[in-house]
Amino acid sequence: MAALLVAQHLVKHFRGVKAVDGLDLNIPAGCCFGLLGPNGAGKTTTVEILEGIQRPTSGTILYRGEPLGAGFRQNIGIMFQSTALQDYITGYENLKMFSRFYQRTLPLPDLIASCALGEFLDRDTRKLSGGQRQRLLLAIALVNDPELIFLDEPTTGLDPQARRNFWELVHRIKARGKTLLLTTHYMEEAYHLCDIIAIMDHGRIIAQGTPRELLAAHFGDVVLQLPQTDFPNPPLPAWLTVMQGAETVEILTCDVNAAIRELIAYNISLAHLQIRPRTLEDLFLELTGHELRA
Amino acid sequence: MNFKRFWALFLCRNLEFLRDRSALTWNLLFPLSLIAGFAFAFSGPGLDSYKVGVLGESSEDRACEAGEFCQLRYIRFVPVTDLPLAVAKIQRHQLDLLLDPGGRRYWINEESPKGYILERVLRGTAEGLPLSKQTVSGQAIRYVDWVMPGVLAMNMMFSCLFGVGYVIVRYRKNGMLKRLKATPLTSLEFLAAQITSRLWLILVSTALVFIGTDQIIGFPMFGSYFALFVVFAVGALSLISLGMLVAARTTSEELAAGLLNVLSWPMTFLSGVWFSLEGVRPILQKAAQFAPLTHIIDAARAIMFDGAGLMDISGHLLALTAMSAGALAISAWLFRWE
Repeated sequence: MAALLVAQHLVKHFRGVKAVDGLDLNIPAGCCFGLLGPNGAGKTTTVEILEGIQRPTSGTILYRGEPLGAGFRQNIGIMFQSTALQDYITGYENLKMFSRFYQRTLPLPDLIASCALGEFLDRDTRKLSGGQRQRLLLAIALVNDPELIFLDEPTTGLDPQARRNFWELVHRIKARGKTLLLTTHYMEEAYHLCDIIAIMDHGRIIAQGTPRELLAAHFGDVVLQLPQTDFPNPPLPAWLTVMQGAETVEILTCDVNAAIRELIAYNISLAHLQIRPRTLEDLFLELTGHELRA
Repeated sequence: MNFKRFWALFLCRNLEFLRDRSALTWNLLFPLSLIAGFAFAFSGPGLDSYKVGVLGESSEDRACEAGEFCQLRYIRFVPVTDLPLAVAKIQRHQLDLLLDPGGRRYWINEESPKGYILERVLRGTAEGLPLSKQTVSGQAIRYVDWVMPGVLAMNMMFSCLFGVGYVIVRYRKNGMLKRLKATPLTSLEFLAAQITSRLWLILVSTALVFIGTDQIIGFPMFGSYFALFVVFAVGALSLISLGMLVAARTTSEELAAGLLNVLSWPMTFLSGVWFSLEGVRPILQKAAQFAPLTHIIDAARAIMFDGAGLMDISGHLLALTAMSAGALAISAWLFRWE
């Protein structure tokens, strides 16, 4: 796939702090690109530079092989994590206002139908639920039929139903061949939606690839999960890595059969045993550490 | 400048203002109730003080040529040099008697009770002095009439400063400006929409309050309504520009509120809303000239009570235009979306 957006050696300083440190990115056209990272990793700064909201201290951004020009904003749609809309204005009036900012727009009835806005279109935006509000903000981001869409933590604070509903909308956008850049703290969401994932920390990309590639590259083992109450902490052999949690014990192994044989040998009950593959969350924690970030 | 984008934002800002019933009610009812309150409070007998204008360069000395009259207590002698203006003040009951000791003549308004009393006192105390009587007639300017342009201008000031300055800071703080920045909208289009929306809304609401209070109380109007409209339009623009200046970069609503209060309250007290600035210290009079509110109020009163035309108040209009241009240029230069 040809690159739609390319960032080369991006650097951004804030009063002596290097928020972005020589970052390179290549976002192919038509893919959903996930940018993950702990708080303070430089995700938001990176995304805002790519959106043209902030200027980099140094580095280059190319859109379709050209530096960002005046027409760039006509071709992108942005959904910020938190955006206030004008008070006392209905959803429809907001859509109408934003549609007037662009040269090319989608027909509003189509947009309203595709984002399922019909039921609350005439309601003051202050009175919308979290899910309704995010759908409206997504519709606003799509009003100009953008080629490239930035979604910054779009499902933060939504309940599981609203989140699943939102994922469906994103799938429909992907099906129309649009390019998306998604940031999220939900690894399940990234796994579900993204074709390519980049994990960044300390202003740099530390891993990049498809979710499967990343997991295959970093993990060859699976996780055996047992409740703490069923695990008397026997002296297991060194080739089994045991990780103690608050309520569960996780045993990492590349040989499930041998591991189970060891557990049986110690008379450990397997009634509540769960076996799961390694996940993006495991990878995220492995790469960025377990310490609490501000 | 893209008119379609400007118009989209202009319409939404208007809807936001008109649907915010509490703000709309405040903008209309606050000045109306204030003026009605003054009308009620000052509808009784006036204060027992008399004001005599004395024509001449060294008026107090010349007043003494009128015998014991100038020695009397409870009469305030005011020096005047502009005869037509002083006569106009007699017509409006702003002076009770005008004395020209050099010309051996005096003016009174035949409809003024105070003028009648002062004439009797003058005749009694300056018996030997041959004085010719000149009479004029005209409706009295009550305190409520005099204070009304000030109250309207003050209401306009609060609406412009807080309705523009505070609102833009709120937009910046809650991320709305950032969202707008991500569209093709330019800062010029955004600022123009904010200014235009507030300007026409404040002019319409001020006109409604003016018409409403005029229907209830009835104000004298010796000038043209068009000239008054021009003063309020140019004045509102200067106040909006001041609000823009505060909002150009401020990111905290608390700081914005503080700055707007620092601007608005001194203007309220030093721009002659409630009392004439003639009696205050000269340095404060000079400082008041830097406040747009002073020019709006002085120009509006000159039109309403002295019948001044646009040429007569051109100095005020020029000052307001210069303030608007300066504040707008600086705020456009300073403006940041975030």
